[in-house]
Amino acid sequence: MTAYKIASEGIAKQLHYKRLNHLQALEAESLHILREAVAEFARPVMLYSIGKDSSVMLRLAQKAFYPGKIPFPLLHIDTSYKFPEMIAFRDEYAKSIGAELIVHRNEAALADGASPWKLGTQNCCAALKTRSLLDALNEGGFDAAFGGARRDEEKSRAKERVYSFRDAAGQWDPKNQRPELWSLYNSRLRKGESIRVFPLSNWTELDIWLYLYAEQIPIVPLYFAEEREAVIRGGMITMVHPGMRLLPSERPEKMMLRMRSLGCMPCSGAIRSHAETLPQIIQELIGFRRSEREGRAIDHDEEGSMELKKREGYF
Amino acid sequence: MSSQPQNWEMQQEHSREQRFREFLDSHLEQEMLRFTTAGSVDDGKSTLIGRLLHDTRSIYEDQLASIRASRVNRSGGEVDLSLLTDGLRAEREQGITIDVAYRYFSTARRKFIIADTPGHEQYTRNMATGASTADVAIVLIDAKAFQRAGELLPQSRRHTYIASLLRIPHVVAAINKMDLVDYSAEVFDQVSAEFSELASHLELNSIEVIPVSALSGDNVVERSQRMDWYSGPTLLEYLETAPLALREAADGPLRFPVQLVVRPNAEFRGFAGRVERGEVRPGMRVRALPSNRVTTVKRILTYDGELPAAGFPLSVTLELEDEIDLSRGEMLVAETGSAPHVHSSFRAMVVWMHEQPMNEGRTYLAKHTTRTVRASVRRIRYRVDIQSIGHQQSSQLQMNDIAEVEFTTSLPLFFDAYADNREMGALILIDPVSNATVGAAMIMGAVDEDGQDVSSDEGQSEEQEAALVWLRGLEQEAVELRDRIRQAGRAAVILDDQLIPDESLPAAMRALQLAKVTGISSRSDLSQATLASLRDLAGPRFYTTAEAAATLAHAWTNQEAQP
Repeated sequence: MTAYKIASEGIAKQLHYKRLNHLQALEAESLHILREAVAEFARPVMLYSIGKDSSVMLRLAQKAFYPGKIPFPLLHIDTSYKFPEMIAFRDEYAKSIGAELIVHRNEAALADGASPWKLGTQNCCAALKTRSLLDALNEGGFDAAFGGARRDEEKSRAKERVYSFRDAAGQWDPKNQRPELWSLYNSRLRKGESIRVFPLSNWTELDIWLYLYAEQIPIVPLYFAEEREAVIRGGMITMVHPGMRLLPSERPEKMMLRMRSLGCMPCSGAIRSHAETLPQIIQELIGFRRSEREGRAIDHDEEGSMELKKREGYF
Repeated sequence: MSSQPQNWEMQQEHSREQRFREFLDSHLEQEMLRFTTAGSVDDGKSTLIGRLLHDTRSIYEDQLASIRASRVNRSGGEVDLSLLTDGLRAEREQGITIDVAYRYFSTARRKFIIADTPGHEQYTRNMATGASTADVAIVLIDAKAFQRAGELLPQSRRHTYIASLLRIPHVVAAINKMDLVDYSAEVFDQVSAEFSELASHLELNSIEVIPVSALSGDNVVERSQRMDWYSGPTLLEYLETAPLALREAADGPLRFPVQLVVRPNAEFRGFAGRVERGEVRPGMRVRALPSNRVTTVKRILTYDGELPAAGFPLSVTLELEDEIDLSRGEMLVAETGSAPHVHSSFRAMVVWMHEQPMNEGRTYLAKHTTRTVRASVRRIRYRVDIQSIGHQQSSQLQMNDIAEVEFTTSLPLFFDAYADNREMGALILIDPVSNATVGAAMIMGAVDEDGQDVSSDEGQSEEQEAALVWLRGLEQEAVELRDRIRQAGRAAVILDDQLIPDESLPAAMRALQLAKVTGISSRSDLSQATLASLRDLAGPRFYTTAEAAATLAHAWTNQEAQP
């Protein structure tokens, strides 16, 4: 009978469309959003962060335009502080699915020696992520940018629209957002304005992992536990990475570690874990009672810090 | 060395995997339900949501620790659960929720999406927003406030009315703060009776009334020990079993608005879109609107393989047997069964969402399914007095006003009444200058020039009356001709809108023809291909001089004059 299959080894499910499971319902909504944006914007781009959410978003883009190719380029904002494993994965994966990849760096700031140690995490993010992103969007003439942000990530994101309007300066005004009803998205813009489109708005972290598993989507190996060298710095497990300067008191130790959320090397904390496969990660996650962004230095600078960043144009 | 330990380890590993598979299986059976919450600042809505999240163990330790440590605690309880849902700084400062926030939690049976909307008077628009996608609405009613006032507060009436206006399939009244009325069955019965009375007045078909205390957790997730007189479901039990809206969309004839054409190579052409209503299957005969061409569905394509059938809310790509003209904004519908209205005048319930008022005579952009047209406000029939839910005269709508409005669009829309299908009857209004989303509208039905209801069959049957006119470069003549035809009692529009590129002109004209509207254009240059398709569409009723067209208008005038 009517069936819609989630392909995966061992867990293939034949389901009637009248009885979609939540992953299929989420997928359907995301495909609709991706197509709607491509139909209505002149020059969309997908912000590709190499993380697990980006991996899901990319698969959804492949599905939305099948049997055609993904009809927009991927844009990676490279701070130069990303893990080498991320960069290798990015280049290989984009090539394997035949996607166009744009890499953008704030070269001027990097030449000035921008780093979290020199500028502090907030200013470093502002220069290497936010500024760099806005410049890249301007240079490319992009009027819409797909992002993998989810509303469940952080409190300030709970109010984010699927189509998030940005003024000509790339800023977000939380008090002046366009109402969003049904699945009718308003894509009308004046020159210089743009929209961030979030196809994963309604996905949770668990949904992402379940989908990665059900769809057998490749992700960066850093997500899987492995014995890695690290030091504990300011309560955060920091993996020893290229370019890292150890403090005199720091003695790197080998630990079973993995990343729960990928960011820049100095500011992303690892977690102790023995989860070496997707099923193990999911099992671990169900037992977790900590939100995933907690390991990120940028969120805890002050209460409501994410909201401040968003107003300035950060995702 | 014996192999015992190794075996034991393997067994352990095996049972762990088994458990995981069971977990995964249960998760892949999990459905998704969207609900919205409506309540005023003091009804305890944020606390109720916090309670749902907390008692279903959906809150992370660090989040809980952060609200425990927070300087703010307005709840009177040990932990202020309302802080879990108040996101933005401004809200924290003012102590009110100012916008729609989305929250997520899940149980073994379902994943839930909460659209948390404020109940403050000036924020009707936010509740409408949250309600537009909901399967269930929870209306919070403060039992203590009811006891004091002796009746439902106006805000509760308003919230229930908006839930009915947006046609949320199921409405549940959570009678909150039962702890403050000593868990009294009597108070509950009084509120319950009044709510049921209101619900029947508003024609709400599926309602439930549940006594709760969000603060102490009674009947939210855990069954209350203090209200043994209540035997109905807890709030969570209700949410886990309420029917989903998507099943309702499966009923009725097929509606498939084309979102975009997928053309990876010269051999393949597919039509990407979401099935909004009904069901599509390979081999099914479908009619394309506005061309009215009938063809057969060849395949339903997805990345995961071909499907034997698809319905709402699946996004699929359809391949058709015949090469037919079809692009974004157009629609495939079932060949048989009731057709959608093809009409450019309709009446709709409007929720106005902008500081700049809506005025009669003004023109907005209307986005309906995948089609954007211009819509002029012909007449505001009445404004709804939200306190009494009665009707008032008005020629202007202010922010948060609700009204029945007659519109005329620049091009016909293909629609069903909102009451029959949400996606096919909903549209948003956009200010053409600021591009702000200024209103939401729910179509009630097609109307004629005098505002009288038109049935969908009338709109569909005859099309021979409409003509296509191209008066190259003659703007003034085009306007005169349009006015003459209108004087003759027929509908005519000028199609020189930037929204419609030249190559889309034939399709636009075709849509007008279906709606029995004469289309006039004074565009300067049309390609041979465009001209050929216009001729093809209108046959003998394609006119390219003002004189010829005037003869037509003249003939219509005489016809009208006859008894």
